Amino acid sequence: MIKTFIFGIILGLAGAFAALHFVSVVDQHRESSIISVTRNGGNTEVFHINLPIDRIMTGAQGQANPLPPGMEWPNDPIFSNVRAELFKLRNARDAIVGVASRFALSDPEFGDKIEWLLHLPARGSVFVRMSPQPVDRSRAGDLSAGTREFGSMLGQVSERWIADTSGSSGDLTGRIELSMNLLSNEQDVPGAEDAE
Amino acid sequence: MRYLIVLFLGLVTGVAIALAILFYNPFTAQISLSPLAVSDSQQISLRYSAVAEDSIIITNSGDSSRLQPNPVKVLQLWEAPISNTDVLVTLLQDSRNKSVGIGVKFSSRSERTRLLNGKALVDSAWYIYLPGKGSILIEQSENHWAFLRDVIIPARWNAGNKWRGNWQGIITDGPGALGTARVYGGSGIYSGLKSEAIETHTAKAYSTDVGPVAMEGRLTIDLSVEVDDETSADASIY
Repeated sequence: MIKTFIFGIILGLAGAFAALHFVSVVDQHRESSIISVTRNGGNTEVFHINLPIDRIMTGAQGQANPLPPGMEWPNDPIFSNVRAELFKLRNARDAIVGVASRFALSDPEFGDKIEWLLHLPARGSVFVRMSPQPVDRSRAGDLSAGTREFGSMLGQVSERWIADTSGSSGDLTGRIELSMNLLSNEQDVPGAEDAE
Repeated sequence: MRYLIVLFLGLVTGVAIALAILFYNPFTAQISLSPLAVSDSQQISLRYSAVAEDSIIITNSGDSSRLQPNPVKVLQLWEAPISNTDVLVTLLQDSRNKSVGIGVKFSSRSERTRLLNGKALVDSAWYIYLPGKGSILIEQSENHWAFLRDVIIPARWNAGNKWRGNWQGIITDGPGALGTARVYGGSGIYSGLKSEAIETHTAKAYSTDVGPVAMEGRLTIDLSVEVDDETSADASIY
């Protein structure tokens, strides 16, 4: 009887430690990445935000109807030149894959900037700085920093507003398209010297 | 039949011993001294309230085990790829309680979590904008095991589902070699900055119903400026 009890204790200990070791506490859902390889050896990935359904927050002073309703944006004058937005982020198959923040900054000392932080939970985060002046209806900026999968990447990200004029998408007014052209900084770039 | 009952009792005892070892494991002690405490370079310290009601917004999947979104009507992150993610937008204050910036924190529960090793990990990224100064990105891996063990579990054991006390801990657990977070300067005076940071939490009251009741977060950012020209030069190849 005692031997059975001791055997049960050992089995319980081993089972509990094995479960703690092998069973994943966090199960992160993943969508397949949709990446196309570009001619210079880098890759391109396109994300988008459907508006208004993917907008989580619009933070700016003087809003009559804040989003989300009930939000209290700080009234301190130092934040008068900031417009902050939060969105859900979709991949090319229209599946939600992350969240993103967009800050439009108008700093009297450092000039105007648009800064994005894209967060893809399964992959990492991408920090992008853009010039506020659009060229050919899109803004482009450099990848300032990346985390995890994007930690060793360099490249550019462009932002483009595409209005929905078809009227077939219900309440959608359009979408913001974010195109990332990234390259690992650990590899040589074919033709980079020629291009210079 | 008697042997089966005894075996079952043994199994239950074994699991209970395993959980007790996990809970009281002295090898998972929390780091109490900040690696930045020995740095002689300039640092900035930013405080924020970790109480949901004090935030500008906080949102997540809305699951009952998570912090309750604030305000109530905020869009929730219920889709599977983002259901393990929390988004916090908060006012940042300096050590004199003066509002100096806005911070956005994206944090996602990490698949690298291993409770056996005392690692309840969260991957997070802070975007910080300080008007008149510039912007910063902080990348960190957080370990919430000590907070879970010392605050959340005792609160669940308590009959009133509440915890009161004084808990302070460094939650930053990497990816820096000394367990520090990585800091990347964005714009303004921080442009090109590459440095380190740590995040500390101080809790005084916690409720399992609403989460932190009295809790503060503090970001300490080392400002030993290291301008990285390589990145901007390489990016121009496009």
